Amino acid sequence: MSSSKRPEPPFSPDRRKFALGMASLPALALPFGAMAQSFPTAKVNTTGLAVTDKEVIVGQLHSATGTMAISETGSIQAERLAIEQINAAGGILGRQIKVVQEDGASDWPTFAEKAKKLLVNDKVAAVFGCWTSASRKAVLPVFEKENGMLYYPTFYEGLEQSKNVIYTGQEATQQIIWGLDWVNKEKNAKSFFLIGSDYIWPRTSNKIARKHIEGHLKGKVVGEEYYPLGHTNFNSLINKIKLAKPDCIYAVVVGGSNVAFYKQMKAAGITSAKQLLLTISVTEDELLGIGGENCAGFYACMKYFQSLDNPNNKKFVEAFKAKYGAKAVIGDVTQAAYLGPWLWKATVEKAGSFDVDKVAAASPGIEFKGAPEGYVKIHENHHLWSKARIGEILADGQFKLIAESPNLIEPDPFPKGYQ
Amino acid sequence: MQKLRQWLITSDLASIAILAIVILVVMPLTADIFRLNLIGKYLSYAFVAVGLVMLWGYGGILSLGQGVFFGLGGYAMAMFLKLEASDPETTKIQSTPGIPDFMDWNQLTALPTWWEPFHSLTFTIVAVMAVPAILAFIIGFAMFKRRVGGVYFAIITQAVALILTVLIIGQQGYTGGVNGMTDLKTMHGWDIRDDSSKYILYYANAILLFAAIFVCRMVQRSKAGTLLLAMRDKEDRVRFSGYDVANFRIFVFCLAAVLCGLGGAMFTLQVGFMSPSFVGIVPSIEMVIFAAVGGRMSLVGAVYGTLLVNFGKTYFSESFPQLWLFLMAALFIGVVMAFPNGLAGVWETSVKPRLLRKRVAAAAQPKSPPPPPATLPTTEAAPASPSGAGTSGNVGPATA
Amino acid sequence: MSAADIWNIVLMQGFAGLSLFSVLLLMGLGLAIIFGQMGVINMAHGEFMTIGAYTIFLASTLVQNYAPGLMPYYFLIAIAVAFVLAFGAGWLAEWALIRHLYRRPLDTLLATWGLSLGMQQTFRSTFGPKEVSPTLPDWLMGSWAPVEGLDIPINGMFVMGLTLVVTGMIFLLLYRSRWGLRVRATVANRVMANAIGINTRKTDRMTFAIGCGIAGVAGAAFTTIGSTGPTSGSLYIVDAFLVVTFGGAASLLGTVASAFGIAQTQSITEFFLTGSMAKVLTLLTIVIILMIRPQGLFAAKVRR
Repeated sequence: MSSSKRPEPPFSPDRRKFALGMASLPALALPFGAMAQSFPTAKVNTTGLAVTDKEVIVGQLHSATGTMAISETGSIQAERLAIEQINAAGGILGRQIKVVQEDGASDWPTFAEKAKKLLVNDKVAAVFGCWTSASRKAVLPVFEKENGMLYYPTFYEGLEQSKNVIYTGQEATQQIIWGLDWVNKEKNAKSFFLIGSDYIWPRTSNKIARKHIEGHLKGKVVGEEYYPLGHTNFNSLINKIKLAKPDCIYAVVVGGSNVAFYKQMKAAGITSAKQLLLTISVTEDELLGIGGENCAGFYACMKYFQSLDNPNNKKFVEAFKAKYGAKAVIGDVTQAAYLGPWLWKATVEKAGSFDVDKVAAASPGIEFKGAPEGYVKIHENHHLWSKARIGEILADGQFKLIAESPNLIEPDPFPKGYQ
Repeated sequence: MQKLRQWLITSDLASIAILAIVILVVMPLTADIFRLNLIGKYLSYAFVAVGLVMLWGYGGILSLGQGVFFGLGGYAMAMFLKLEASDPETTKIQSTPGIPDFMDWNQLTALPTWWEPFHSLTFTIVAVMAVPAILAFIIGFAMFKRRVGGVYFAIITQAVALILTVLIIGQQGYTGGVNGMTDLKTMHGWDIRDDSSKYILYYANAILLFAAIFVCRMVQRSKAGTLLLAMRDKEDRVRFSGYDVANFRIFVFCLAAVLCGLGGAMFTLQVGFMSPSFVGIVPSIEMVIFAAVGGRMSLVGAVYGTLLVNFGKTYFSESFPQLWLFLMAALFIGVVMAFPNGLAGVWETSVKPRLLRKRVAAAAQPKSPPPPPATLPTTEAAPASPSGAGTSGNVGPATA
Repeated sequence: MSAADIWNIVLMQGFAGLSLFSVLLLMGLGLAIIFGQMGVINMAHGEFMTIGAYTIFLASTLVQNYAPGLMPYYFLIAIAVAFVLAFGAGWLAEWALIRHLYRRPLDTLLATWGLSLGMQQTFRSTFGPKEVSPTLPDWLMGSWAPVEGLDIPINGMFVMGLTLVVTGMIFLLLYRSRWGLRVRATVANRVMANAIGINTRKTDRMTFAIGCGIAGVAGAAFTTIGSTGPTSGSLYIVDAFLVVTFGGAASLLGTVASAFGIAQTQSITEFFLTGSMAKVLTLLTIVIILMIRPQGLFAAKVRR
């Protein structure tokens, strides 16, 4: 078995703690060892993955350093939590999950390099990782070439579908269309000002938004603006907004720019008392940096808020805080990252195999009833059926749930009429 | 026999030969294809480092914008490969099949005219070298003719790097934006992602690198090389002797740019994509540190430096993700403070004399041609005076 | 759209330009002083700004927990503290690093770059990788609306006032104090200054520390308009570079003029074009002018 010769993954203090945690569970692990025998390694792993009788190795590929560490830390934590919980409950097919963590360092080529390392050298059975579209685009050819399995947590622009990727966040139409319908119907918004950071996700999102506004809502787009990533001065833009007087500002600004944007909006007198604003790029994580008091009363459209009131979420939030401190916050992407390992577990168990081809084939139709956001299901196009929700930003950095779509929304990465 | 020994220790040809053995024989035999591909990637950075030895070590001009030229070469190659990867068949899901995917996402409906020539491989190869050279000429002409140099030149090159990054990211319909150009597959039908082609590309890269080293060595040994050194140390005297200092500088700046372009193209071929993260300020500065670690006066040293820093980066970021930035920081500061001439400097001052003493009975002349090892490259090599702070008359930044 | 509306927009847009000018000037000042004195660009400038920003964060957390009554006033004191902390850090950096490298200005670039990497990771290890949001006094975050439809950002006015004060103090110090005299003497002729008994080494350290201190003040002030995180400094550093480069060496006046020019170009083009195009246009203008005048707007008159 090639996996027995696999070099020990490098140690980090974190990993050691993790290994110790697993070692303290022998009583639990023992009976499941018996379970592993009913799934012999030779049978569940025909493609030379790092699977032994006792454990299975997965990769985790996020930015722990660099500018994206701000956003990706939550995902790293959530995936860790999910894996720990799965291990505590007996692992997958009687095998404990072991994690090899790699740092993409906010640098797309590094992501590609590390992805290749995980797949070729470590032979991991699945990878949980990536955050930005750019990092996903960088690793995608690697995953397709080396036939790996990636669970990607971020809401993103769509226009992509791969056998080797499960997208656990929303694709653009799921997040955008229902939210626009809501502001149109409930808040009577007819004219929109679209703002975004200058890269593919905001641009595609606004393209879809514009088509929907003009084509279906019979509304008007009175402005569409893009600013470079990391831009910190929005005063001229704010004046343009004032000139255009839109019913609703539709904001897809990301990263450090977000903070500058909302602080300067507030300082220029654009607050929720006077202006309707809907964003798809502000989660609880971003609110840490912006400060809830600086954008209170604005709306965000996501599939998950930390404040969701359901038993699954209560358990999840409690476990997350127990592990990462009472002050930890959970954003939409963090929750989506948490789904990854659980969905993978369900799929492997259905397929009865760790082989990537079988996992990919078994993915459509996989359900996860324990999801903090509520019930989710994998679509044939490897995206998730999920609900859309509107939350109102509160001054303490949390959201108040205002509305949610009655049904699960079908993912449609290549929406007809929106391209 | 003794002569051979002495040759091995002192001659720079011998050090090139040893490097050749390391790269062409030892590495391919010891590393698996994944690691070898990584080494190939590092070696494509080595072009930049070699160029910096010429520019910085010999010319005394520090450019913090070499990523620009690396990026231009890389993008030129990526454009060719992207066009080939975007045939109508594979892109039929798009609203306009046959154009690169990112153009389609940005509502472009036809290939921009300036992309057209990149259908031709010949044109692309010329562009890989010519575009960086032309840009370097323009910048160099504007700066050096007006006697701008030193720190000021470094910052201006940085500004250029920044501008190109913003341009590339902002014009994503034409350039792929932040994502860059990904998913490059074949070159004239030849799959560049195969293991076998990785080997071929690795060797092609290595051989090109040695060609580059030889060209640089030739320049060093020519009159131009001597003049460059003279200019670096006493610019005015060279000028008073009737030479046009600027022309030599423009030449060496263009040479370094061409090398960067080649490196960029080889990078794209081996890694399979190109993104603006190689163009900006950060990668440009990192590339300078490659040359600094290896020794800014040594062509061979620069290659070793590149390999060492990148191995370190890969190893530390795999093993101690929290610490590697600290280690990078320590590397920057340590090299600058303690070993201004890098690995090559250590070899020249500590290792080589000892080897010579041991092995060569006769008192050998220790120095090989160009620099005295202790030379501090940017100014006179005077020992630190008690006042510590002063250089000559003016430290006006435009004059350093 | 009435005439009054348009007039309001014109006023606010004018203010936007001025406020961008003061932001650029404030972030460029510290850099320019160090550059003018030593011919060295401090690549860790952004991280010294981050020190200021985190100082505000710490202060706001402390005040919120222990003396909520002081909330409206702490900000001014915290800015002073930010200056002191960044000044101290700068002093240390000069002592440990920079003073060994005065003969090699290019190497100083690399050493300070290394320093900035180390500082970033230090922030990340200390405060966590996520951004933080200092709670700012309420009076600072609103807008001043003298008439309907005209909103002048108070934080913008605050930054503007602060820039005015800092710039004024720098000019005073440079032209009315012993230190300024020494600095000017050193810049004009270092050897001669040394010979007539000026301790140029001490002057250098002081200058470097003051430059860093101003960076700290800038970072502190920018918490009102921007983000606070381990890499926030790098958002500003690039613009700061451009201001100093464009302004030309060794001339504070050049820095002021270039900050003004860049700010006006950018805010006007931003208003009439899209944001990314405006940025490109501004940068291209800078480059073209630099091609014609590579020494920057106001070059120091030195013999070459």
